[in-house]
Amino acid sequence: MKRHFAWLLTLPAAALAQPASAPEPDPERLQALYRQLRCLVCQNGSLADSQAPLALDLKREIALRVAAGDSDRGIIDFLVQRYGEFISYQPPLEPATWLLWLGPLLLLLGGAAWLFHQRRHGPVEPEEPVDPP
Amino acid sequence: MSRPRWGLWLAGLLLAGLLVLLASALWQGRPHTLPAARLGAAFPALPRPVLGRAPGLLQTVVADGQPRLVNLWASWCGPCRQEQPLLMALAARLRAKGQGGRLVGLNYRDTPQDATAFLAELGNPFALTLVDADGRLAIELGAYGAPETYLVDAEGHIAFRHVGALTQEVIDRDLLPKLEAP
Repeated sequence: MKRHFAWLLTLPAAALAQPASAPEPDPERLQALYRQLRCLVCQNGSLADSQAPLALDLKREIALRVAAGDSDRGIIDFLVQRYGEFISYQPPLEPATWLLWLGPLLLLLGGAAWLFHQRRHGPVEPEEPVDPP
Repeated sequence: MSRPRWGLWLAGLLLAGLLVLLASALWQGRPHTLPAARLGAAFPALPRPVLGRAPGLLQTVVADGQPRLVNLWASWCGPCRQEQPLLMALAARLRAKGQGGRLVGLNYRDTPQDATAFLAELGNPFALTLVDADGRLAIELGAYGAPETYLVDAEGHIAFRHVGALTQEVIDRDLLPKLEAP
């Protein structure tokens, strides 16, 4: 039975002890980070609005990392590496998100082209004069 | 005289295409296959206490040339209760081949009392259970909740991830071939 545990690395607890409660450095910076990240177990909501257990764990993890001096970019990268881009509310520009990023621009250009077209080749009928009452 | 209004037709076609695209995405609903961002990565080395042993002795999964199955579970998790008989059968099969040490439990956001009671009631398939009371190892794994199951290959890399309760089909098809390798 003993050999089953030979693969385990045993470490003294003191070497990895952590403060029991996470210090909260800059609340505004934390809130800004929470708003950029998805509460994964909610239908659609950011960490900032969620009290779900996983969301609370993620917020504590973020607070710990902020307290440890990590950059915002570093913290978001850490979470994206583990949960995928789905966790981020700021998706990167890549083939799967081209429509997302470029769609509004295409709609704007399409609308402008249509307006331009209407002005040049618009309805030729003059407006009906309004009869006085 | 009416000129053909190609621009209008084109715009209408584009709009219809967009609507079809959005509707199909809506139909698929919430993704059930979660992005397995950690596949191929090393199993996280965050040390955890072991259930039923001195809390000061922290341990972690390290590669020693054997594959491992790490099952994330909790006593409060219904699907975990449901998959436990499958894990017990898997454990019996592995133990018969002297590979019982390959099954590792990861007790997620639980109390030692509840976890021990759960194993006493439904059986303990695990060679040992790491205790992730604060869920930090689960975050390192990119886990959403319990149960989740990870196959760790002989080199210590995550080779397969299953979200939700295990099924016999998943065990036979995805887990056993790699887990029973000598």
